Amino acid sequence: MQDENRTIIIRGFIFFVAIVYLCRLFYLQVIDNSYIEAAEDNAIQKVTEIPFRGLIYDRNKKLIVSNAPVYDLYVTPKKVKNIDTVRFCNLFQISIDEFKDKIERAKIYSYQRPTLFIRQLSIEDFAKVQDDLVDFQGFSFQTSAFRKYHSSGVANAIGYVGEISEKDLEKSTEDYYRQGDYIGLSGIEKYYESYLRGKKGIKYIMKNSKGAEKGAYKNGELDVPSVPGKTLYSSIDLDLQNLTDSLMQNKVGSAIAIEPNTGEILALVSAPSYDPKLLSGRNFRKTYGKLVMDPMRPLLNRPIQARYRPGSTFKTIQSLVALQQGVITPSFTASHAGSPIACTHNHPVSSSVMMALQQSCNPYYYFVFRRFMLDQNLSETNIFKRSAINLKLWDEMVAKFGIGQKLGVDLPSEIKGILPDVAFYNKIYKGPNTWKFSNIYSLAIGEGEVTVSPMKMANVACILANRGYYITPHIVKGIGTSGSILRQYSERKYVGIDKKHFDVVVEGMHRAASPGGTLSSGAIMADISICGKTGTSQNRVGKDHAIFICFAPRDNPKIAIAVFVENGGFGGSASGPVASLMIEQYLKGKVERQAYKEQVIATNYSKNVVSKSIAIKTNSGELITPKAEIKAAVIP
Amino acid sequence: MAKNRSQFSNLDTLSVALFAICVILGWINVYAAVYNPEVDTRFFDISTNSGRQFIWILASIIIIIFIIVTDYKFYDTFAFVIYGFIIFLCILVIFIGANIKGSHSWFKIGDFTLQPAEFAKMATSLALAKYLSSPNVTLNKVRDRIISAAFVLVPLIIILLEKETGVALVFVSFIIILYREGLPGIFPLVIILGGILAVLGLVIPPIFVMIGLALLAFLVYYFLPKYEKNTKNIVVIGLIFFAMSAIVFSVDFVVNKVLEPHQRKRIEILFNPDSDPRGDGYNVTQSKIAIGSGGFLGKGFLEGTQTKFDFVPEQSTDFIFCTIGEEYGFIGSLAVVSLIIGLLLRIMFLADRQRSKFARIYGYCIVSIIFFHFMINIGMTIGLMPVVGIPLPFFSYGGSSLWSFTMMLFIFLKLDAHRSQLLSRY
Repeated sequence: MQDENRTIIIRGFIFFVAIVYLCRLFYLQVIDNSYIEAAEDNAIQKVTEIPFRGLIYDRNKKLIVSNAPVYDLYVTPKKVKNIDTVRFCNLFQISIDEFKDKIERAKIYSYQRPTLFIRQLSIEDFAKVQDDLVDFQGFSFQTSAFRKYHSSGVANAIGYVGEISEKDLEKSTEDYYRQGDYIGLSGIEKYYESYLRGKKGIKYIMKNSKGAEKGAYKNGELDVPSVPGKTLYSSIDLDLQNLTDSLMQNKVGSAIAIEPNTGEILALVSAPSYDPKLLSGRNFRKTYGKLVMDPMRPLLNRPIQARYRPGSTFKTIQSLVALQQGVITPSFTASHAGSPIACTHNHPVSSSVMMALQQSCNPYYYFVFRRFMLDQNLSETNIFKRSAINLKLWDEMVAKFGIGQKLGVDLPSEIKGILPDVAFYNKIYKGPNTWKFSNIYSLAIGEGEVTVSPMKMANVACILANRGYYITPHIVKGIGTSGSILRQYSERKYVGIDKKHFDVVVEGMHRAASPGGTLSSGAIMADISICGKTGTSQNRVGKDHAIFICFAPRDNPKIAIAVFVENGGFGGSASGPVASLMIEQYLKGKVERQAYKEQVIATNYSKNVVSKSIAIKTNSGELITPKAEIKAAVIP
Repeated sequence: MAKNRSQFSNLDTLSVALFAICVILGWINVYAAVYNPEVDTRFFDISTNSGRQFIWILASIIIIIFIIVTDYKFYDTFAFVIYGFIIFLCILVIFIGANIKGSHSWFKIGDFTLQPAEFAKMATSLALAKYLSSPNVTLNKVRDRIISAAFVLVPLIIILLEKETGVALVFVSFIIILYREGLPGIFPLVIILGGILAVLGLVIPPIFVMIGLALLAFLVYYFLPKYEKNTKNIVVIGLIFFAMSAIVFSVDFVVNKVLEPHQRKRIEILFNPDSDPRGDGYNVTQSKIAIGSGGFLGKGFLEGTQTKFDFVPEQSTDFIFCTIGEEYGFIGSLAVVSLIIGLLLRIMFLADRQRSKFARIYGYCIVSIIFFHFMINIGMTIGLMPVVGIPLPFFSYGGSSLWSFTMMLFIFLKLDAHRSQLLSRY
C-alpha cells in the first residue's frame, strides 16, 4: 500500500511540474506579447532610407545643385577597444572631451549597434583617415549624400539645407521628420522642400546577435522603397546670375532680373552673399554662426527681405494712377515754383509727363500727387476728409502694383512692405481727420512712409514692360519630369491701368535711359533701347540708396530689372550700370564691354554702408527679421 | 535469426516509438538551430552539429542492437562491475582528460570526445537497483540508507571534482527512487523545504524569514491540543525552528562565500533576470524572448529569427527547447512536454509491472533522471530554474548524452522484454 501511495505521489509531482511549465509556456508564448516585440528588436532592424534630394537645374538645363557622396563615421561602443584617443582626436580634429561625450552618448543609445559619430566627411577627409581606420576598432564608415552647389553665385536664391531644429520638429504637423533629418532652411531648398525631399523608405533588415546584416526580412515584403526628390528646373539663367553676382561685388544690395511676360526670375542676387559650400555638410556648424553674426548680414535674402523707400522709381506708378484718374494729361505742365520739394536736377519747366520722368522732376510729382489728393471728390469740402477719401482711392490703385502686399514669390520669408493707408496715418497723427495732403506729400516721390522690397520694384518693371499686367515672379519654372509649375504662376494679374497711359510712361522711361536722361551715360547702349527709371532712396544713416528699374528692349521686352545699391548715391550712376550690363549679357549672350564691366565690379559702395551692429538670436531656420531696415524707413 | 527477431518484437512498441519521435524531432531542431540562411546548410553535413547528430543517432542504433542481443542477465549480474568501471573512468578523466572550458570531464580521441560522467547516471542506476534489490536490504535500516547514499554520492563528488556541477546535480534526482523504495518522506521533504527556505533567504532578508518562522512556531504551539502541550513537543518545535533558521542564514553564507562568482550570478539572475540582460542574464533573457516570440503556432521550420541569428547561445545543446518554442510555438512546446511526460508515464507503467525488483527499481531510476533533466532544462529556458548546463534528454545535440539516455532506456526495455523470465525477488 505504501508503494502505491508513493507511486501516486511521484506521478503527482511529475504532473505538477509539467502543468506549471505548460502554464508558464502558455503565458510566455500566448498571453504576453512583449516577447514578439523583443524578438523583433533583436533581429529586425528598421532602417530608414533617406532618398536623394532633388536636383536643381537652371533654365538652360545647367546643373546648379546636386548631391555628392560623403562619409559618415559610425561607432559601435561594444567593439571599441584600445583606442589611442589622442591620435584619433588629432586625426578627426575633435577635442578629447567631445570624443568622450560622443562615446557616452553612443553607449546610451546602444552598446551593440552603430551610432553616428562624425557626420559628413568629404571624400578628401575620408581619404586622409581611411588607412588609419584599421587601428580604431569599432569605427566604420557609411556613405550618405550632401548638397553640392555648382555655382557660388546663387547662394541666397537656392538657400541651404541643415538639420531640422527642435522647434521645427515640434511644429511639424506631418509625421515625417525625425531628429537629425535634413530640411531646406532657406531659399528654394525651403520653399520646395516637399518636392525636393522625396519620400523616405523603410527597409527591414535582419541582423544576427553580432549585429551583422543577414538579408531582408520576409524577403522585403514589408519594405517601402524610398522615392527620390523631384528635380526642379529653376528659371535662373546661370550665366546672367553669375555675372550679376560679380557685378554686385563691393556693393550691398540686390539685383533682380525677371522675364516680364512669364514672371520667371532670371537672376536673383543678394549682396553681400556667401559661398554656399560654407553651409553644406560638415561646414554648416562651423560657419553658420559666423554668417549670422556678420554685420553685413550675408544670410539676409535682400531681394525679398530688405525694405527701402522706392524713391523716384515710384514716379512711374504716380504717373500711371494720375493719368488713369484723369487728374493730369500727358501734357500736364508744372514749374518748380510753389513746391516744397526742391528739384535735384538742373532743367527747365517740365512740360509733359515724359519730360518729368526723363528729368525725374520732384516738384512736378508734388503737383501731380497734389492734384490726385485734392482735386478729386470736390464734393467733400473738408480738406482733411477729402485727403483721406482720395488716399483710400490712391491706395486701392497702388496696391494693384503689389505695393504693400506679399507678391507670393516662391521663396520663403517675403516681406509685405508698407503702403500707408488712412488707418496708418490716423495712428501716426493720433486720430481721424488730423492730417491732410500737406502732411503726406513725400509719398509723391516715393519717400516718406512707403517701403518696398527690391522684388516689388522688379515686378513694377515687369508691369511697365508688359504695359499693364504681371505674373507673380517665381524662381522655379518646372517641377519634376513633367515640368509643371504651381498654378499661381501662370495667371496674369492686371493692374487696372489703360495701355495708352503706359505708352506715355514708357516713353518717359525711354528718355530717362537715353542721353539727356538720368541714367549715367556709360550705361546707355547704342543698339539696345532701355526704358528705365532711376531712384535715390532717402535714408537716415549714410548716403542715399541707389535704385534703378528698367526693362529692355523697349518693344517686346525680354528682361525687366531692379537694382538696389545701398548707400550708392544716385541710382543712375550706381545701379544703372549694373542693370545695363545685365541686359547686355542676357540679350546678347555675352558682355562686350569688358573694361566697363571691370570698372563696375571694382566700384566700391560697400564702404559707405554704415554697418549696423546686430545681435540676432537665431536657430537654424529661424527668420532673420531685418529690423534695421524698418527703422531706416520710418519718417524722421 | 528467428530468436533475434522475437527479441526485438518483445520491446515495448510505445516506448520505442516515443523514443524515436523524440530523437528525430531533436535532430530536426538541431538542424534548425545550426541552420545558416546564407550558406547551403545540409542535414548530413558532418561539419555541422546536425550532421554529427545524425552519426550519433546511427551509433545509437548500433548500441541498441548490442543491448538487445546481449543476454538480459548481464546487466543484473555485472551491475557493480559496470559501476566500478565507470567510476574508474570518471576518476581517470580528471587526470588525462582534455580541458574543455575549465572542466576536466572529456576524453578526447582525435576530434571525438566522450564524457564518462554522462554514463555514470546509468551505471549508478544499475548499481543502486542491484543493491536495493538484494535480499535483506531495506531502507528502514540506517546502515542500508548510508550505503545507498554512498552509491549516489561517490560519483556525485567525483563529477563535482571534474567541475561538471550540472551533471553532478542530476544525482540529486536519486532521492526520488530512494523515496519510492521506502526512504521516509521526511528526506525529500527536507530537500524541498530546504530549497524553499533557501529561496526565501535569498529573496527576503533572512531576519524577516526568521521572524516569520518564529511566528509560525508560536502559532503551531498555540493551536496544539492541550494534552500535546508538553515539554517534549516544545523542544521539538524549537529545534525545527532553529534548524530552519540555520538554513536561511547559511544560504547567505553559501551564496557569498562558497559558490563561485558565475554560479552566484546564475542564482541572482533566476530571481532578477533583468538585472543584467546583456551580461550573464543574457542567456535567460534571450531564451525567454525566443520562446515567447513563438506565439501559439510558432514561426515555422527554419523561420525562427532568434534561432537562426544566434541570439540564444548553446541552442543546439542545452537551449534546444528555444528552437522548438520559437519555431513551433505553444503547440510545439506542448508536444515536447507531452512526449517526455508520456515516455515517463510509460516507463513507470512498465516498471510497475516488473516482477523483478531490480528491473522495477532500475526503471524508476531512469524515470528520476529523465524527469530531473526535463525539469531543470526546460525550467531554465523559461526562467523558472537557474541556468544549469544539462541537456534535454533525446533532443539536445551531443553524442555522450544521447548514447547515455539511449543505453539507460534500452537496458530497461530489454529487461522489460524478458520480464517473465526474470526472477522475482519479492
